[in-house]
Amino acid sequence: MAADVALPAVSSEEAAEVLAQPTPLAAFWAAFRENRGAVFGLVVISTIALIAIFANFIAPHSPIEQFRDAVRAPPIWEQGGAWRYALGTDGDGHDTLSRLIFGARVSLFIGLSVMSVSFVVGVVLGLLAASVGSLVDVIITRVMDLIMAVPSLVMAILVVAVLGPSLANTIVAVTIVYLPRYVRLVRASALGELTKDYVTAARVAGVGPLRLMVSTVLPNCLAPLIVQAALGVSDAILEAAGLGFLGLGAQAPTPEWGTMLADSREFIRSDPWIVALPGLAILIAVVAINLTGDGLRDALDPRMRRT
Amino acid sequence: MLVYFLRRLALTVPTFIALMFVTFAAIRLVPGDPVEVRVGEHGISPERLAYFRHQLGLDLPVWQQFLDYCWRLLHGDFGVSLSTQTKVLTEFFTLFPATVELSLCAMLFAIAVGVPAGAVAAVKRGSVFDQGLMTISLFGYSMPIFWWGLLLIMFVSVKLEWLPVSGRIDLINYYFDQPTGFMLIDTLLSGESGAFLDAVRHLILPAIVLGTVPLGVIARMTRSSMLEVLSEDYVRTARAKGLSPFRVIGVHALRNALLPVVTVIGLSVSSLLAGAVLTETIFSWPGVGHWLIESISRRDYPALQGGVMLVSTVVIGVNLVVDLVYGAINPRIRHGR
Repeated sequence: MAADVALPAVSSEEAAEVLAQPTPLAAFWAAFRENRGAVFGLVVISTIALIAIFANFIAPHSPIEQFRDAVRAPPIWEQGGAWRYALGTDGDGHDTLSRLIFGARVSLFIGLSVMSVSFVVGVVLGLLAASVGSLVDVIITRVMDLIMAVPSLVMAILVVAVLGPSLANTIVAVTIVYLPRYVRLVRASALGELTKDYVTAARVAGVGPLRLMVSTVLPNCLAPLIVQAALGVSDAILEAAGLGFLGLGAQAPTPEWGTMLADSREFIRSDPWIVALPGLAILIAVVAINLTGDGLRDALDPRMRRT
Repeated sequence: MLVYFLRRLALTVPTFIALMFVTFAAIRLVPGDPVEVRVGEHGISPERLAYFRHQLGLDLPVWQQFLDYCWRLLHGDFGVSLSTQTKVLTEFFTLFPATVELSLCAMLFAIAVGVPAGAVAAVKRGSVFDQGLMTISLFGYSMPIFWWGLLLIMFVSVKLEWLPVSGRIDLINYYFDQPTGFMLIDTLLSGESGAFLDAVRHLILPAIVLGTVPLGVIARMTRSSMLEVLSEDYVRTARAKGLSPFRVIGVHALRNALLPVVTVIGLSVSSLLAGAVLTETIFSWPGVGHWLIESISRRDYPALQGGVMLVSTVVIGVNLVVDLVYGAINPRIRHGR
């Protein structure tokens, strides 16, 4: 740099303010807040989460109670709609609004359980593959390649065909399908970290293999993993809804959004809103999570490409 | 190059063996008597049971059954469908062209719209068009396509009556030989007037539905890859030379920006087939995905087993070809590792 460039005058308070390191969380939040879309997504998904948690108090009716006197009641904006069933009722007389509210619980539960199980198992297998190497690495990598070779939904179908369709088996199937992403991510970033000097230093200092992987290497692999986990929730919700739509997921009368859609397909001509509403709920949830995930990526890792 | 080729080929062998093992194990894990599962008869007499046990090789040790299974697969015997009593392989190849045709058209749609849109968005970064496109692309790749398909049917087919609701062609009005299995080609060959147009009309909605997710991904990829390329020195040089903006962007920038996009397209076969399962179910499209779902509801396990095996083999094969082509184009890949 040229020596004769005049530096702007900076007061000592200003300098102190600039030099003071923000806490990691504050730095992250400042970066995240810049992205308006991400904040919007976070607000929407938090609202959905609150609705899911307090479903019992918010929902006007039970999601599985059948109102025989009001089968396929129209929603409030249609001719003949009434506030009693604000979003109408389906072919069995279930209140759609209540089912959508409880459906948020089911979908978020699926998304979060798939994410947390595949996250934990993925971390364990990925670190194992990276640290032990040789045969263990080969076996883990090959198995993950196999899962990736089968199209996701086909793999899930195979699992459900064997285990039988249910909510729990949906979670198992979708977890198996999304596991390779985590394993590969952890393995790749752990292998990258293992070549770095600080790991060698820790080794020289006598850190044991378990502690080396878990407390030295893992924290440095977390950023991409957190992004993957966030986006993994939306993928899991979509995949589970797809299975539900095919009749292979949660079974009626469980208020799962995909299953609701499938059950009301026959009314697509006469009462389109019964079909339209559950899909809209899926779309809103997935868009909100994807927006948040994109924001997380930009905020957590500036090196990653901004899109 | 040959070394790379052989090494990459060798890598698919264990995957393929594992795949055979999984499909073999899966059908054994299906609850219920294995004979009932595979023969599809209930409450059969002990003699008949013993006959089938022997016939199916179920009286042999498990490892031998597995080897037999592998042996048969490697000789092209993928079992016989319970519901139609035809060979699974024959059935698969009758239906597969329909899936390929749908997937290709969906991908073409996604590329034809996604690449130009992404490129324009990058050039006009921050404009209303850019923001609008990014929003649309976000909705595109977040879309539950089964719902999207139903919505399109609801508006375009039922309300406006512009396009047909389901199937590949109007079977009442058109009847002809299908030598290739690709409806667009067969209708042209048949020479029946209006048949080709009818096939196109049937294809539009399913292709849009299946192409929606790839469209979102491709538009986003093209945009970000284009943004990167536009700041490169050679683009500035091209501009400085006085080339027309169209030439700079269309030839110099876009060509280089497309490399990562092409990779994504090549590796999306698997997700395309997964999407085809849903799309074919919505539009009653007589393809492989629709067939797999039907097999489950009919409890036709041999068809399911063979179908999963064949679909996955196709994916493994295509991924292999993509990798090899990529290695041929990009020396860094083939000498890497």
